[in-house]
Amino acid sequence: MTEALTISSTPVSDPKQIEDLTLLKEVASRTAGVSNLEMCIQCGTCGGSCPSAVEMEDTPRRLFAMLRAGMREEALKSNTPWICVSCYHCVVRCPQNIHIPDVMYTLKTMAVDAKLVQDSTAPDFSQTFVDMVEDYGRSFEIGLASRHYLKHFPLRLTNMVPMGMGMLSKKRMNLTPTRIKNMKQLKAILKRAKELEAEQ
Amino acid sequence: MTENMIENTSSNDGQEKIGVYVCHCGTNIAGVVDVVQVAEWAAKYLKHRGVVIAREYKFMCSSLGQELIEKDIKELGLNRVIVAACSPHLHEKTFRTACANAGLNPFLCEMVSIREQVSWVHTDKAAATAKAKAMISGGVERVRHHVPLEPMTVPINPATLIVGGGIAGIQSALEIADAGFHVYLVEREPSIGGHMAQFDKTFPTLDCSACILTPKMVDVGSHPNITLLTWSEVEKVEGYVGSFTVTVRKKARKVDEELCTGCGICQEKCPKKVIDNVFEAGLGYRKAVYTPFPQAVPNFPVIDVPNCTYYEKGTCKACEIFCAPKAIVFDQQDQILTLKVGNIILATGYDLFDARRMTNYGYGRLPNVFTSLEMERLFNAAGPTNGNVVLRDGKTTPQSVGIIHCVGSRDKNFNNYCSVICCMQSLKFAHLVHERTGATVYNFYIDIRAAFKDYDEFYQRVLEEGTLFVRGKVAEVSDVPRVESEKGKLIIQVEDTLIGKQRRIPVDMVILSAGLEPRKDSKETARTFGISCSANGWFTEKHPKLDPVATMTEGIYIAGCAQGPKDIPASVAQGAAAAARVLGKIEQKAVALEPIRASVVEERCSGCRICNGLCPFNAITFHEDRMVTEINPALCQGCGTCVAACPAGAITGTGFSNDQIMAQIEGLMMLNVEPEPVAA
Amino acid sequence: MSDYILYPGCSMETGARAYYDSLKAISKPIGLNLKEIDDWNCCGATEYFGISKTPAYALIARNLALAAEQAANGTRKVVAPCSACYLNLAKADHYMREQPKLGRQVNEALAAGNLSYKPGSLDIHHLLDVIIYDIGLDVVEKNVVRPLKGVRVAPYLGCMVPRPDYDHRWSDHDLPVELDMLLKTLGADVVDYPLKTECCGGHMPQISPATAFEMLRRLISVADERDTDVMTTICPMCQLNIDGYQGEMNGFFGTNYHMPILFFTQLMGLAFGIDPKELGFGLELVSARNVLDAIGVKAPPETPPAPPRRPRKPEGLPMPTPLANPQIETLKKEVTK
Repeated sequence: MTEALTISSTPVSDPKQIEDLTLLKEVASRTAGVSNLEMCIQCGTCGGSCPSAVEMEDTPRRLFAMLRAGMREEALKSNTPWICVSCYHCVVRCPQNIHIPDVMYTLKTMAVDAKLVQDSTAPDFSQTFVDMVEDYGRSFEIGLASRHYLKHFPLRLTNMVPMGMGMLSKKRMNLTPTRIKNMKQLKAILKRAKELEAEQ
Repeated sequence: MTENMIENTSSNDGQEKIGVYVCHCGTNIAGVVDVVQVAEWAAKYLKHRGVVIAREYKFMCSSLGQELIEKDIKELGLNRVIVAACSPHLHEKTFRTACANAGLNPFLCEMVSIREQVSWVHTDKAAATAKAKAMISGGVERVRHHVPLEPMTVPINPATLIVGGGIAGIQSALEIADAGFHVYLVEREPSIGGHMAQFDKTFPTLDCSACILTPKMVDVGSHPNITLLTWSEVEKVEGYVGSFTVTVRKKARKVDEELCTGCGICQEKCPKKVIDNVFEAGLGYRKAVYTPFPQAVPNFPVIDVPNCTYYEKGTCKACEIFCAPKAIVFDQQDQILTLKVGNIILATGYDLFDARRMTNYGYGRLPNVFTSLEMERLFNAAGPTNGNVVLRDGKTTPQSVGIIHCVGSRDKNFNNYCSVICCMQSLKFAHLVHERTGATVYNFYIDIRAAFKDYDEFYQRVLEEGTLFVRGKVAEVSDVPRVESEKGKLIIQVEDTLIGKQRRIPVDMVILSAGLEPRKDSKETARTFGISCSANGWFTEKHPKLDPVATMTEGIYIAGCAQGPKDIPASVAQGAAAAARVLGKIEQKAVALEPIRASVVEERCSGCRICNGLCPFNAITFHEDRMVTEINPALCQGCGTCVAACPAGAITGTGFSNDQIMAQIEGLMMLNVEPEPVAA
Repeated sequence: MSDYILYPGCSMETGARAYYDSLKAISKPIGLNLKEIDDWNCCGATEYFGISKTPAYALIARNLALAAEQAANGTRKVVAPCSACYLNLAKADHYMREQPKLGRQVNEALAAGNLSYKPGSLDIHHLLDVIIYDIGLDVVEKNVVRPLKGVRVAPYLGCMVPRPDYDHRWSDHDLPVELDMLLKTLGADVVDYPLKTECCGGHMPQISPATAFEMLRRLISVADERDTDVMTTICPMCQLNIDGYQGEMNGFFGTNYHMPILFFTQLMGLAFGIDPKELGFGLELVSARNVLDAIGVKAPPETPPAPPRRPRKPEGLPMPTPLANPQIETLKKEVTK
């Protein structure tokens, strides 16, 4: 009789995992808007809809399951958020209205913060883009392209000569950056925004 | 908290002797509200308001609890009772009966809901206890103004109206008619049978749908106790339980039912072919004069006026020419019938989710995407292809078929509920496709819900037959190939969630297991009959567990899919259950109506008519001659809407008079309860 | 004249100069009065969100705040011709409302630059939305003097305008018909292009070229199979990827596609009879000269329309009728008016 009343508890091998059961909440709370992330029913509409799913190590659905399971390191190491093209096919089809691309953005920021990014191509591109914007208030294609391609795709440069020359000769790329007038204001706003982000 | 303070506005004149009974409801109430303290407080601080005894008890609704009340009434001469427990929806009847047993008029008993309105919705124990006290104080003040009431008795008309001639309505009709009472069965299509008549096989036993349904249809058609009104719709319902007056429009069939022999020559000779969007689900044709299917009951045809050449051009008359008994009546008019019934059963069924709304599945754009109802017709030997499973070209047998579950169901973009039948229906399709074509069959599912008797066994059988199951909600169906092997196929793009990879599966045919939706006009129907429905449009039952076929309106019952998605066995069970409820009512011969109802003080009524449109039970009539409003006491359900709306305060309710309400509010206000701090 | 606050976005001045030129050229005839947001900044594209949330939204919100200041003296309608710009503006506005905490933080950051923005105070639209639902196809039709007869155009919208579609403005998420109807109004022969809202790859040419080239191949090959003369788009990024990377993609797969892509405003201008030079023609890398040829001096002899075929006896099983979409029906009426 006593046997029936005993509840056998499976030992958790990694005690850290218990702590990380907050991971899903953390991701949801760091995401802009109401992500509905906790509502996932694992149906796979996102992974089925994704035009770049083939390149992903984990489908979005699987990634969300990993977040639930508290697999912080594995989830943040995944290349999935970096392969997301923000096409929003998954969002409009998701039966649970989960803001999937916005969750992907959050995971990118978390991966960068945690220094768990495996391939620096995408984060470098984003960072270079953002650097330019923070310097000039506008994007600066040729600066961005030359810096990015030299570092990550030096071999592609020869193939890209015709395009680059075409873009330049047709004045579709400026050789010098355009700067907004009130750069001081933008810098002050971004500085304060970064402080607020760090406080969270 | 100044909880023990009761301002003495007017002392009790000693006429009222009130007993207060506070229920623990196990820990449901006692877990949050300090019931012992509440009872002690009531005994002490409400004494001057007429409370002579206050008790708490673990379960007031138990027989011992009821005995406590009965004993006190007899021994202490209580003439008012307050039971502070659950919602009156649950146990008002119990305690009223207890009072009546002890010789007290049951309407001198008042319930205070300290469970639904206090313990279940608060966490702060002190504040909840204070609120319970305030509510009891209000109840005591109110009950002092109660007067003894006598229920009204009305005789029950033994005839019953059943709306909807699908399997649920058929079952109800036969049960009641077999018991010897008259039934009017109203069906809007030309024949009874409903969706079940369209099906080929039924899961999980694979009975032929028509074979098990048509005998019942024939019974209905020939039953002496059933008046069958097909091609008819209910337009108006007046009256109340026991004596409803129902107006039915019997649409002109353009065929004399007395003369027609159902020989079918008219259909044969009619030159006008029309796509049959109802019975054949748009997949087949019928004539402009038609019976929907060969076993139709009744088997008199109808003329489809908008599509008939005669009505368009004034010529043709092929049907009339060939009709030997001269049964075609081109100028036949709609008939308005008035039926007198005591009870009503609504079994109006469902509509199929319109799969064209999910554009990513391509229905309506990609020819070889079919809906579940279209498939039923394709499988059916009496269907447009004589049971051959072929592509839209009408001849090619598919080599591979993908069946998609949950189309429009479990999806916040469309319907957020599970349509219940689709899993089993999809498994049935898998089996039938396999059996008829030998094609490779894929089932794309989120979860397999095969939860009733012999259902999971059927799933096992379909697995055994080699159906390929892919767990994942399909993202899209496309006809744009990416590789050679996809050319000329429909490509189902899906994440196979069990392997975590996106797959593109080329197939010849796609079947969409579309969900069930309330009838497009279900909200209108609910209004006509004075019952309520959910936001989606499903009719709302009186209690989801304990009273699943009754509605909040006495004398009106619901059965089948009108109440929510369900399969055939469940629809039949509900049809029979509703019939049993009706028979119970009929056997009572008379019904006691709650005396809680509103009435108009004519002198005060300004004739503004604000209340006129508000009554959910159609109990209000306006007298143009006297410019005053009157409330039919038999129709009024005492909901109080009109009382609250009347700007002149001319409407008052027995059982909820303005005096009573004001006294209750005063009672509530006597106790200064601090608001519960809002959780951060 | 309809007044709009214009948020052009960076690419309109560089990579998508043809878009800006043609927009300026057509705005007068259709009565579109555009006033640029003074000293606007980059919207951050899809890049800033992945670096840091609050700064990303603050960057967008500076534009919203500046536009709102401008709106105080006139229209509160904002139009963005670039899909990513449009979505970012709309998204910031939407999420600042949906999540008040984000709204507060963004405003706290804006305060450092003496700015503020109350979400919901602007009415944000994409250019195509404005032309279809505000200006109206009837106005467009009135301006058509040189119908694009015989030019087979594949309508390509890309992702970010029909999705996520916070305000439910579009007729469909996958196959919206608005651009098709505009092109029909211009007299073009509209290609049934099922990939009209598939992704062009976005920034993938910079991240994972193989992924990007495959996505481009799908888009270009399907257009090519359907005898498309020219694709048309509503997004600078889509134009850049299909136009700029087509050569590299051809090299990658060993294919030889030549699929020009123009902005829809260029085609509008052309149909309005405006000089192609004013419309930025020739700025594309994959030449769209064929379009000019098709409607220009060397217009092909008009072939008489085929006699209407007698409806054949229905063969096979009937198809369901298309779902009635009130939005589309209104548009149709407008065109035939």
